[in-house]
Amino acid sequence: MEPLIRLTGIAAPLPAANVDTDVIMPKQFLKGIDREGLRDGVFHFLRFAGDGSPRPDFILNRGPWRGASILVTGPNFGCGSSREHAVWGLRQLGIRAILGTTFGGIFFDNCLNNGILALGLPPDDLAVLLRLAEDPAHNRLTIDLPAQTLLGDDGTCVAFALDARRKEALLRGHDAIAATLEEANAIQSFEKAHHQANPWLA
Amino acid sequence: MTPRTLYDKLVDSHTVRALDDDGLVLLYVDRTVLNEYTSPQAFSGLREAGRKVWSPSSALMVVDHVNPTAPARVPEMADAGAALQTSYFARNAADFGIELFDQMSPDQGIEHVVMAEQGRVLPGMVVAAGDSHTTTYGALGALGYGIGTSDIEHYLATQTLPYRRLRTLRIVLDGVPGPGVTPKDIIMGVVRAIGADGATGAAVEFQGPAVEAMSVEGRMTLCNMIVEAGARGALVAPDAQVLDYLRGRPGAPTGALWEAAAEAWLGLRSDPDAPFDREARLDVSTLVPLVTWGTSPDQAEAVDGAVPDPATEPDPVKRRGMERALAYMGLAPGTPLAAIPVSHAFIGSCTNARIEDLRSAAQVLRGRRVAPGVQAIVVPGSTRVRAQAEAEGLADIFRAAGFSWRQSGCSMCLAMNDDVLGPGDRCASSTNRNFEGRQGPGARTHLMSPAMVAAAAVAGRICDVRALEA
Repeated sequence: MEPLIRLTGIAAPLPAANVDTDVIMPKQFLKGIDREGLRDGVFHFLRFAGDGSPRPDFILNRGPWRGASILVTGPNFGCGSSREHAVWGLRQLGIRAILGTTFGGIFFDNCLNNGILALGLPPDDLAVLLRLAEDPAHNRLTIDLPAQTLLGDDGTCVAFALDARRKEALLRGHDAIAATLEEANAIQSFEKAHHQANPWLA
Repeated sequence: MTPRTLYDKLVDSHTVRALDDDGLVLLYVDRTVLNEYTSPQAFSGLREAGRKVWSPSSALMVVDHVNPTAPARVPEMADAGAALQTSYFARNAADFGIELFDQMSPDQGIEHVVMAEQGRVLPGMVVAAGDSHTTTYGALGALGYGIGTSDIEHYLATQTLPYRRLRTLRIVLDGVPGPGVTPKDIIMGVVRAIGADGATGAAVEFQGPAVEAMSVEGRMTLCNMIVEAGARGALVAPDAQVLDYLRGRPGAPTGALWEAAAEAWLGLRSDPDAPFDREARLDVSTLVPLVTWGTSPDQAEAVDGAVPDPATEPDPVKRRGMERALAYMGLAPGTPLAAIPVSHAFIGSCTNARIEDLRSAAQVLRGRRVAPGVQAIVVPGSTRVRAQAEAEGLADIFRAAGFSWRQSGCSMCLAMNDDVLGPGDRCASSTNRNFEGRQGPGARTHLMSPAMVAAAAVAGRICDVRALEA
């Protein structure tokens, strides 16, 4: 997983509520067995018309927001199906951070597992960032993960909270499985006692 | 001892160790079930890192999302993507030593239906799986929750997941449901009341007389669909009904072990004064059958009501969402719901394709015919459910009414197989999600109970099932 430390990029506003993973990655793109080739799937029916041409009304197809690496979203972004393909696709499109108020729980975890910073912010802070993202003159944001701040080039500064473990994981781009396997002995001991206490589970 | 919720007890009893001071723990997970579309990359990851599966016997692999539902089932998948996924799935099962129910197995079905009917989920367990509707297992007193593919890989390699303890939400259901009001209407009523993000990140426990009176399969519908309000877990304390449901199932213990287990399971409940972070109440006697008019599961209205007017919604984000939903659904504010014609009817999914669901739909269809022009299909939740429905004569009722009687699978719930709607098709559906494009690009989905789907199929439009039952 690629570390995320400090990132400057274009923020795109996507303020709709309840944007689900079916919309983020339609099922037509789920027939593979690897993580590749999902770039075109992201927001597919919002981004592309039936003939494959880009829809000019969709924010990521419009000049100042093309190539955005940060999304500023509405509440409950990424709700619905557990499909991690949605997050793999966003990453392949170059998205490194998603700023919102609340997220679908599985989606939120999937983001962390793929090096995307998903941040649930207070509504007032999000409103400030949304206004910046909507303004073509000021839609460039810098995310400073060590300092836990979001900086606009107009001088806006929004601090954010982040639990230490998630921060560390993003900074180091760590392998969660390797970290857990360091606890293999503890897991084995736990398992033995658990099955002794609940022998019908063994 | 500090009083604890059932959720607290399950997390505590599965905590290997704390990972921070704020509720993050390494959680031991007892079981998983894998499907063919969210698991391939997890197995590839294990292969690339040279890792083994910690406990192959704790996992079950079920083909359910991509398999065709045509009445005659064949081992080969005509669709290239489905063939690739199922062949890789079978290879992973063989290489990693995990039991597989492929599409030809007599035990095959939708993963959550199969896990319950096989007795693979038992009270007190923690079960994580790569499907959001894993919350279904709460009906059996097990903490089930959905995970992504990276976490599937983590589970397979370590039998654990890093897990942050959730905030708890108690939902108390009072009252006795009126005629035509099913567990589906009740959970749609809950989601409508609290909103599509009303339980975001919460562990929900359902309590109250309406839950106690509800069948285990009805509780599965509740726990299954509370994820549409964002819940990350759902629980109902196990009772005598749960024991009756589990007794004799292939995975249930027997003899002295059953006696010991049953005693432990009946003790699994929240302490009387255990604190919940939040509480919601709903008197189910106030509900009537519900139908969704929009593209989010919380956009539901009483069947005898009308399509709402976005102009009356003060919240601008919600108002825009309503306008967009109505544009997508091709509906005008004020239209009576019972005047909306349907072209398709679908009974199926992990929410509503169990035997009780099929019985309630068949009861409406007995002696009736699907309206001309409506294409109606019923996809049982598992091959065992299908066999039972045939033995009970339900299949004959569906066929006589003009429904197509299919093989089991997820089917048109997310339409990853060939059961796909076309643009503008309008479907009465017993499923859980009415998202844009979910049943096919441009397809329009109205969520409702299986009995209401049957009524809509007969009427050729959305129809109050109470009018047919009278």
